[in-house]
Amino acid sequence: MEELSLLPALDVAMKAGAAYADIRQVNRVDESVSVRQGAVRSITSTTRQGFGVRVLAGGAWGFASSSRMDPAEVLRVARQAVAIARASGSVAGRPATLAPVEPATETYRTPYRVDPFEVKLEDKISMLLEAERLVTSQRPFWRVATRLFGEAYLGWSRESKRFLSSEGADIEQEITECGGGISAGAGTLREIQQRSHPNAHRGHYATAGWEFAETLGLVDNAARVGREALALLGAKPCPSGTKTLILDSTQLALQIHESCGHPVELDRVLGSEASYAGTSFLTPEKRGTFRYGSGAVNLTADATIPGGLGTFGFDDEGVPAQRTELVSQGIFRNYLTSRDTAPLAGDGASNGAARATGYDRIPIVRMTNINLEPGDWTLEKMIRDTKDGILMETNKSWSIDDHRLNFQFATEVGWEIKDGSLGAMVKNPNYTGITPEFWGGCDAVAGKDEWRLWGTPNCGKGQPAQVAHVGHGCAPARFRGVRVGVGR
Amino acid sequence: MIGREGVAALLQRALSYSEAGQTQVLMISGESALTRLAENVIHQNVAETESRLTVKAVFGKKVGTASGNDLSDEGLMRTVTRACEVARLSREDKQFVSLPSPSPEGYPGVVSFSERTAGFVAAPGERARAAAVLAGAAGGAGFRAAGSISAQAGEIGVANSLGVMAYAPHSRVEASTVFMSDDSAGYAGDTAVDLADVSFEDLAEVALDKCRRSREAVTAPPGDYEVILEPDALGAMLLFLVRVGFHHILYRQGGSFLSRKLGKRVLGDNITIWDDGTDPRGLPMPFDFEGTPKRRLTLFENGVFRNMVYDSYTGGEAGRQSTGHAIPFAGIGAMPANAFLQPGRASLEDMIGSTRRGLLVTRFHYTNLVHPRRVVITGMTRDGTFLVEDGRVKGPVRNMRFTQSALEAMRDVEMVGAASTVRRLGMANLPAVKIRRFAFTGATEY
Repeated sequence: MEELSLLPALDVAMKAGAAYADIRQVNRVDESVSVRQGAVRSITSTTRQGFGVRVLAGGAWGFASSSRMDPAEVLRVARQAVAIARASGSVAGRPATLAPVEPATETYRTPYRVDPFEVKLEDKISMLLEAERLVTSQRPFWRVATRLFGEAYLGWSRESKRFLSSEGADIEQEITECGGGISAGAGTLREIQQRSHPNAHRGHYATAGWEFAETLGLVDNAARVGREALALLGAKPCPSGTKTLILDSTQLALQIHESCGHPVELDRVLGSEASYAGTSFLTPEKRGTFRYGSGAVNLTADATIPGGLGTFGFDDEGVPAQRTELVSQGIFRNYLTSRDTAPLAGDGASNGAARATGYDRIPIVRMTNINLEPGDWTLEKMIRDTKDGILMETNKSWSIDDHRLNFQFATEVGWEIKDGSLGAMVKNPNYTGITPEFWGGCDAVAGKDEWRLWGTPNCGKGQPAQVAHVGHGCAPARFRGVRVGVGR
Repeated sequence: MIGREGVAALLQRALSYSEAGQTQVLMISGESALTRLAENVIHQNVAETESRLTVKAVFGKKVGTASGNDLSDEGLMRTVTRACEVARLSREDKQFVSLPSPSPEGYPGVVSFSERTAGFVAAPGERARAAAVLAGAAGGAGFRAAGSISAQAGEIGVANSLGVMAYAPHSRVEASTVFMSDDSAGYAGDTAVDLADVSFEDLAEVALDKCRRSREAVTAPPGDYEVILEPDALGAMLLFLVRVGFHHILYRQGGSFLSRKLGKRVLGDNITIWDDGTDPRGLPMPFDFEGTPKRRLTLFENGVFRNMVYDSYTGGEAGRQSTGHAIPFAGIGAMPANAFLQPGRASLEDMIGSTRRGLLVTRFHYTNLVHPRRVVITGMTRDGTFLVEDGRVKGPVRNMRFTQSALEAMRDVEMVGAASTVRRLGMANLPAVKIRRFAFTGATEY
């Protein structure tokens, strides 16, 4: 990372009247390759560097950032941040206060064995081309007008950042991410179906090195993905009605994301997102008593587990990564917090969930790794124990209301469950529900052997927009009394 | 601001560093600021300054892209060199034909920049005063205002080794607000090039009125309703219709509802939509992100699909010229960015008066695609949903979930509004519409 003298920014801000100031310098490199129809369709390398200064002056916040890496610009931006804070103070309420944190002087680095930036681009391209060839090598078997398309992609990134605060923190972190996926699209003139591996929406990602990409099985699963996409064209539609629903861990990860991860963001609860992403039904009086789900539901936020996209050493306010119980035996216990929101919920300290997606964005309350803790079932046992149900796999679309209550999800594929056995494949499966009712119907969660930590690299929140990378660990789970097959 | 000559010099310098057969350089530079409001106070207030260069290098039919925001000589050279490296390491893309050549007719004269807006970017005090207008109006009525006021001003320059050289300054101001009570909400928003075209007082008045009229909402049962979509709700739905329909990969693969439908009726015969990046009623720019001039292009005429949009790559693949619709994101191809729906003659009162039992929707929330071929989308209503019965607004209803084919909805439009009000990127001026049947699949009790 380019050396830039950051401390003068803090001096300027404090001398201009700030009660607190911090500065983050970030250098991020993202690279990706995608192939389609036997050709490389996109190969990109993106480098962004810059710094952002955040100040608390007169009880109000100001933030300014720049990509111009020179000492004079650092000072200009610090003064700009103070001026912005002063303007904020003209339409302010109660002065912002910060929960205390011990100023750290530490470094954190994502552990990895093989640096993804050192792996030859030719090798990555070869792997993707082979996977995509296998996806499309499957033959349409039942309809002449059927078409089959494949896509394969890999992405890897490195973010180096340094955080200094007027309280004395000086933290350096280097976060390395890697991942990818394959997808198949099968279509006729009347419909299009898709299958993905290991997850939809460009695959599966982790804070890890190239060794993670090698475990994704893109080539090994390519033919299956192509076959299943074709098979969906001939599958019967998902039945409509109220049924027992089993979700695989990929779909369950997004269910957790939308109906637990977002509602426990304290800034959202306090109204910060009200005009944009919405609010939350988990209002402060519910904490400690509200039944969010059944006794089988135990949800945690854990930024310390290896490999998650929400894994780091410190958040972007210099608060150490930690594990927090969100829902314990079905009861709502805690929010995700930052230093300025934690005191508003009566918490003595932030639980380290303030994250920014770049040098040019302020840290806001974000998910880390939001996990459904494992139970003691297996997927096989759940199916054997289900008389009339549907197993749904791999997210296709999602929507949830501005209170995080009324949701509707569609998945790529489903299978009927009849009298304890997996039956026919069904297409266009979807389900809808109300968050606490849905989680209240959870009566089985699979165990550690089937628990997997998924990476979600596309979590949108905030204005200006911030697309965060977060993690969700879970194993398949079963839900009773769910409305499926909505909207035809 | 760097200025036309400075940007041109920088782009030429970047081109000079390239060893590729063809090279394109795109610079986007500027400052932006956003003031955010919640609970009648400013809780977030930010500003950013960034200049970014994106380089596309082409060796034969091997293409690579790199971008960076270090615009020093060393930074420019590093970005150009990386683009060349990845292009060399790539494989031949047989579909690639060429980067665009300079257009003989030159660029249209459009006003894409306002000094007033640029001044607003640099003046946090002015933005705070605008926020105070919203907070004051809401607070005065016992409501809580949330919202954002943002502004940006900067420059875009595109050049390529075939001789394209395009430059334009740009600016935009966006404001949106939701006024809330314990049992209601009301939304208002606007976007414009010039700050003078946005009235924060008018926005406050609209949000206040909606919030007042939304109080004591009741739950309406799910089912098929006649629906009146106000411009923001229509915009959210049409955005999916455009993004899915004109999605180049889906279109080529047969997965778009427009695949093989050129010249055929796909929407109702009262629907005419065109794209015009030069129209001052939208958010005009003289050229796209490859430096190809913008012009008016009819997309649907009386429901008939008239023209596909192209950039140089997708145009080359299809044997067509670019229509000036390149976007800065790799992968999905060209996209309309300034769509206009031909207004009709109906007023909102006409639509309400002709409705036996329907819903009036201010806007949608978290809309997403369920099935691409029929463009089935789902989402929630929010910030002002009303039941209309026997030609009158009966009262507010709680938010509802819809699961509806946007394609079928646009074949079932009964009335098109006379006034166009929405400006946003991707969807320029839109009126309200009345649709005969719209599927609401879920209700809420809160």
